[in-house]
Amino acid sequence: MELRNIWKKFPGVIANKNVNMRVRRAEAHAICGENGAGKSTLMKTLYGMHQPTEGEIFINGEEKKFSSPTEAIDVGIGMVHQHFMLAGNLTVTENIVLGDERGAIVDFKAARQHIIDVSKKYGLNVDPDALVGDLGVGAQQRVEILKVLYRGAKIIILDEPTAVLVPQEVDELFDSLRQLKGEGVTIIFITHKLDEVLALADGITIIRRGETVGQVDDPSAITAKQLAEMMVGSELPQPERGASTVTDKLVLELKDVTVMGGNKAALDRVSVKVHAGEVVGIAGVEGNGQTELTELIMGLETLTNGSVSLEGREITHDATQKRRSDGIAFVPEDRHKQALLLHFPLWENRILGFQWEKSLYRGGLIDAGRARQDSREIIDEWDVRTPDELTSSGALSGGNQQKFIIGREMKVGPRLLIASQPTRGVDVGAQAQIWDKLKEARAAGLAILLISADLEELIGLSDKLFVMYKGKLVAKFDPREVTSEQLGGYMTGAVKAEGEVTP
Amino acid sequence: MSRGQRIGYALAGPGIAIVIAFLISAVIIALAGINPFSTWGTVIDFTTSTSNMVEIVNRAIPLFLAGLAVAVGFRMNLFNIGVEGQYRLAACVAAAAGGAALLPGLLNTLLIIIVAMLVGAVWAGIAGVLRVTRNVNEVVATIMLNYIAFNLANWLLNNPFKYQVEGSSNVSTEPIPDSAWLEGFGIGGNDLWGFLWIAILLGIGYSVVVNRTRFGFDLRASGENAEAARASGVNAKRMILAAMLISGALAGTIGLPILLGTEPHAYDLSFSEGIGFNGIAVALLGRLAPVGMVFGALLFSFLDISKGAFQLEGLAPELVIVLQGTILYVAILADEFMREKQVKKAQEIAAARVESKPSDASEVKA
Amino acid sequence: MTATDTAIAGGVTTQRRGLPGWLLGLVLFLAFCAVRTLTDESDITSVGTFQAALTLAVPIAMAGLGALWSERSGVVNIGLEGMMALGTWFGAYFGWKLESPWFGLLFAALAGMAGGALLALAAVNFAVNHVVAGTAINIFAPGLASYLSGALFVGIPGAGPKQSPPIEPFTTVTLPGAGWLDDLNAKGWFVISDIAGIIGGLITNVSLISIFAVILFVVSWFVLWRMAIGLRIRASGENPWAAESLGVNVINIKWLAVLVSGFMAGVGGMALVNQTTKYVANQTAGRGFIGIAAMIFGNYMPGGTAAGSGLFGYSDALQLRANSAVVALLLFVAIVTLVFALNSFLKGKAISGIVLVVAAVLIFLVWLSFGEGDQLATQFVAMTPYLITLVVLAATASTLRAPAADGVEYRRGEH
Repeated sequence: MELRNIWKKFPGVIANKNVNMRVRRAEAHAICGENGAGKSTLMKTLYGMHQPTEGEIFINGEEKKFSSPTEAIDVGIGMVHQHFMLAGNLTVTENIVLGDERGAIVDFKAARQHIIDVSKKYGLNVDPDALVGDLGVGAQQRVEILKVLYRGAKIIILDEPTAVLVPQEVDELFDSLRQLKGEGVTIIFITHKLDEVLALADGITIIRRGETVGQVDDPSAITAKQLAEMMVGSELPQPERGASTVTDKLVLELKDVTVMGGNKAALDRVSVKVHAGEVVGIAGVEGNGQTELTELIMGLETLTNGSVSLEGREITHDATQKRRSDGIAFVPEDRHKQALLLHFPLWENRILGFQWEKSLYRGGLIDAGRARQDSREIIDEWDVRTPDELTSSGALSGGNQQKFIIGREMKVGPRLLIASQPTRGVDVGAQAQIWDKLKEARAAGLAILLISADLEELIGLSDKLFVMYKGKLVAKFDPREVTSEQLGGYMTGAVKAEGEVTP
Repeated sequence: MSRGQRIGYALAGPGIAIVIAFLISAVIIALAGINPFSTWGTVIDFTTSTSNMVEIVNRAIPLFLAGLAVAVGFRMNLFNIGVEGQYRLAACVAAAAGGAALLPGLLNTLLIIIVAMLVGAVWAGIAGVLRVTRNVNEVVATIMLNYIAFNLANWLLNNPFKYQVEGSSNVSTEPIPDSAWLEGFGIGGNDLWGFLWIAILLGIGYSVVVNRTRFGFDLRASGENAEAARASGVNAKRMILAAMLISGALAGTIGLPILLGTEPHAYDLSFSEGIGFNGIAVALLGRLAPVGMVFGALLFSFLDISKGAFQLEGLAPELVIVLQGTILYVAILADEFMREKQVKKAQEIAAARVESKPSDASEVKA
Repeated sequence: MTATDTAIAGGVTTQRRGLPGWLLGLVLFLAFCAVRTLTDESDITSVGTFQAALTLAVPIAMAGLGALWSERSGVVNIGLEGMMALGTWFGAYFGWKLESPWFGLLFAALAGMAGGALLALAAVNFAVNHVVAGTAINIFAPGLASYLSGALFVGIPGAGPKQSPPIEPFTTVTLPGAGWLDDLNAKGWFVISDIAGIIGGLITNVSLISIFAVILFVVSWFVLWRMAIGLRIRASGENPWAAESLGVNVINIKWLAVLVSGFMAGVGGMALVNQTTKYVANQTAGRGFIGIAAMIFGNYMPGGTAAGSGLFGYSDALQLRANSAVVALLLFVAIVTLVFALNSFLKGKAISGIVLVVAAVLIFLVWLSFGEGDQLATQFVAMTPYLITLVVLAATASTLRAPAADGVEYRRGEH
C-alpha cells in the first residue's frame, strides 16, 4: 500500500499535510505520533470514512478511492477500532457474524466452525460461545480482529491496539500479529508506544503535527531515543523563569493511590504532593491514567488503596461538592461531558460547579444579576468571544468554551486547581493569555496540578514535572533541565523507570 | 437569539399540533356526515357563554396543577406517571380529613391542603425509594402504584371513611363543612373557584423554585447533563428522591380545587378521573414552563367543556379525547423537530456575531 | 479513554452463592403444596384455577412479548397499554361485524401495529424520548376506542358507548387425559394432586388463541435467536453503532421490531376480548404495564416472560375465584419470605436477611389474624397482581440485564 501526498483539511484546521507512507506486503508497519498528530485522521481516510482533500491511495499498485468503509472492506481492508464495537451481551460468534450472516437462518454451526478455523490459522484463541462482556480486554480485541479476518481482510489497521492491554496480553497480541504476517496479512498499527513499535514493526512512519517527519525502512538501524526525538520534536521551548513561588505549605497529597479499571490498575500506587504557589505538571500520552487521577481527586472515582488529603486533612471519602466548596477547582479534559450545560446560557454555566457559593445567592434565591455580572467579568477578563452572557454555551466555539470554564473555575479564588488539558482547542493567542493568568494565580498562592499532552505548556508552567505511563509515575524532572528525548522516552515507554519516583 | 425568536420557536410546536388536530377533527366530523364548520361554530358559541368560560377556567386549574406535578419530574428525566393515583388517593384522604372537621373554618382548609400534599408526597416517595434503593424503573412502579391507589381509595371510601345519607345509595366521604370552602367569585351565574389563587401561587412557586433556587438548578442540570451535574457535586440519589416527593406533593393538590369548589365537596366514586394523564399532556404541551402549561391546561379544559357542544351536534363526545390525544402526539413530534432547528439557529447566530468581531488565526471548532 | 470504557461490560459479578436455583425452586414448590394441604384450600392448585390462570396470563404474556421485541431492539415501549386497547376495540368490532373471532384477531393485530407505527415514527425517526412517546399513545388510543364506540355502538342492543356487542369466542380444546387428571386432582394427595391440577389446568378447555399465543412465543424465540434478522435486532439493542459499522440499517430494524411489538399487543387485546366476549372501556386495566414488568422479571427472554406472566395470571385467577384462597396464599408468601431470608444470610447479607425475617413474621401474623371464613376485602384482593409486580421488581430489578442500548436515542452516523 502506498499513500502519496495525502492532505486532509477541515474548516479552520489542517489535519494531514503532505503525508507519505509506504507499506510492503505482509509487513507490520507502525504509524507513530503523539495525540493530535493526525494519525487517526489518516487512518479514517484509509478506511474510507472520509476522503482526502488531496493525494492518492494505492493498493497493490492500483489507485483506489473509497467513498465508504464498505468499499474499503471489499478491497480487503479491515479496521480494528480503538474503542471496540462489540455487544457485550452477545456471544463471540454472534458479534462476528453480525451483518454477514449469509442466509436468513443463521447457520451457527458453520459459522462457529469457520471462526474456529480462522482463529486456529492465525493463532487467535477465542471461545466462540463466550459472551463478549465476560471476556477480558485482550480477548475482546482478538474478537475484533477475527471480525475483519472473517470478512477476508488482507490488510488490517489497528488503532492504538495496546492502549488497554497489560504486558502479557501485549505479548500475546504481538505473537498473533506475527502469525498473521506469516500468513500474508499486512498489518498497520497506530501507536505512540515506542518499545512496542521496535518489538514488532518492520517499517515505521512518524507523524508530527500532521506531517510525515520520518520513514524508517529498517527498524533495527534506529534506537528508541532517536524515534522519540522525531516524534516529540528535538526542540523544546525554553521555559520563562521568574523567581520560584513555591512555598512549603502542602495543599494536595496523594499517597500510594491505586484505582482499578476492570482487571487492570488504571492508577498504580501513585503518590504526588502539590504545594501552594507550585505547578506540578504530569506529562504523558492520554489514556495512561490521567482521567482516573483527576476524577479521583474530584471524588468521581473510588480508590482501592491509598489516600487523598487536602491541606493535611484526609478527603478520601468526601463528597464531590464538599471538595469543591473546600476550594478545589476542576477543568476536566472533556468539557462537553463534564463541565458544560450546552443548552443553558453562559451565566447559568457560571453557576455550574459553584452551586454552594454563597455570593451567588440573595435571600435564598439565585442572584441572576450577580451571576450575569460575574459572567460578564469572566468574559472580559478572559477574552471569551461571545455575543453576550445570555448565549447558550453550546453556541460558542471550543476555545471560547474552554476560556469561560477556566475563568469560572478561577473566579472564586480556589486553593487547588486540577487542570486537565486546559488549553486544548484554544488558539495560540488565548493560550498565552491563559498561561499568564495561571502564573499570576500561582504567584498568589494557588496550587496547580497540571495534566497535559502539550509539552510546551508543561515545560513553561511546571515547577516539577512527572511523567505518567500506564498508571504509574515513572519519572520526575526539573523542567529547566529535561531534554526532549528524556521526556519522549518515558512518555512512550521506550525508557523504563528505574526504582520509585519520589513525590 | 432574541426573546421574540425564542418564543416563536417555543410556540411553533404546539401551534402546528393544534392546526393539525383541527384538520383531523374536520375530517372525522365530515366522515360522520356533519358539516365541520357548523360544528365548530356551535362549539365556539357554547364555550364562549360566560358561565362556560368560567367553567373552563375552573376545570383548567386541576389540569394546571397536574402539569406542574409532572413537570417537576420531567425536568430531571424522571417520569412520574403515578400522578393519577397520587391525586385520587390524596383527594380521598384529604376529603375525609376535612369532613371530620377537626379544625374550624379556614384552618380546616389548611389541614386539607397539608394532608393532601403529604399523601401525594408519600405515595410518590414509595416509587422514589424503590428507584433509588432497588433500581426499580419508576415508570412501571408509579403505574403499579396507581392501580393500588385506586383500590386503596375505594376501600377507604367504603370502610373507615364511609358516609352515607339515609335512603341514598351514594357512598362518599363526609362532606366538608362550608366554612372550609374557599370563597369563589360569582361571574355570570357561575362561581370561579377560590383555589385559583392557590394554583397561581403554586405556579409562581414552581417557577421560582425551578429557575431561581439551588435545588431547581441542580434539577435542571441533572436533566440536561447528568454527568456534568455529578461532576459539579450534585448527589443523584438525593435529587431523585426530592424530585419525586415534590412531584407527589403537587399531585396531591390536584383534587383540591374540585373538593373545595363544587358539590358534593366530598370524595366519591364519580370523582373526576383522568386528570393525571391529561396533566402529562399539559406538561409536555407547555414545554415544562408555567406560562406554557397555563395555556395547555386552558386548551385541554376548553376541549373537555366542548364535549357538550359536540353532543348537541350529534357527535360522540369522546371525539374530544381523540383531539387531545392527537394534539399531544403531534406536539411532541413538532417540538423535537423545532428544538433541533432552534439549536442550529442559535449556533449560526452566535458564530455570525462572533465572526464580525476581530479574532486571531486558526481556531479549532469544539 | 480508560480501560473501563474500552472494555465492553457485560456479565453480572457473583458474590457468595446462596442456595442453587433448582433447590430454591423445589423448596418453594413443596411449600406451596404444603400450604394447600394444610389450609385445605383446594383452589390453590385446582384444575379450574390453573385453567383460569392460563387464560388470564395470555394477554399479559402477549404484552410482555411485545415489550420484549421492542426493547431487544433498543426501543422502550411504554405504549403497549394503548396498543393493546386498540387491539381490544378493533378486535371486538371486526369480530362482531365479520362474525368470526379470527377476523377480529387479524384486525386487532393490525390495529396494534398501527399503534406501533406511531411509536416508531416518534421514537425512531424523530428521536423523541421513548417514554414520552409511549405515554402519548396511551392517552390517544383509549380515547380513539371510546370515540369509535360512541359513534358506532350506540343503539345496538347489548352495546353502548362503553362496550361492544358480543362476539363469538374462539373454540376451546381439551387435550386427552384431562378427565383423568381432574380426578387425580380432586383426591387431594400431597404434591401429586397439585401437579395434576397444574397440568390439568393447562390442557383443559384451552382456547385456540391461547395456543396461538404459545406458538407466537416459540416463533419469537426462533426468530430472535436463530435467524439473521433476529441477531440484527438484538445487536441494535445492545450496540447500534457496532451494528451500523457492520452495515446494518438500524433505523429499519427498529421499525420492524416496534411494529412486531404492536402486533403482539394487538393479539393480547384480542385475547382479552375473547375472555369477556366483548370490548369494554378500559378493559386493559394496566395489563400492558404488567406485561412489561413480566418481561423485566423474565430477564428480557421469552421463557422468563412467559413464566412471569404465568405468575401474574395465577394471582389474578386466584383472586377472582376464591377469596379465602388468597388469604391462604398469605401463609405461602410468609414462607417464601422466610426462605429468601435464609438465602440472604447464606450470601452473607445480614441486613436484608433480617429485614426479610421481620417481614415474614409480620405477614404470618396478618395471616393468623384471619379467622375461619374471614374474607380479605375485595379491594385488597384486586391489588394483588400490582403488588406482586412491585415486589417482584423490587427483588430482582437490580440483578437483571437489559439490552445495553435500551432506551438510548440513536441517530444515524453519530458516534
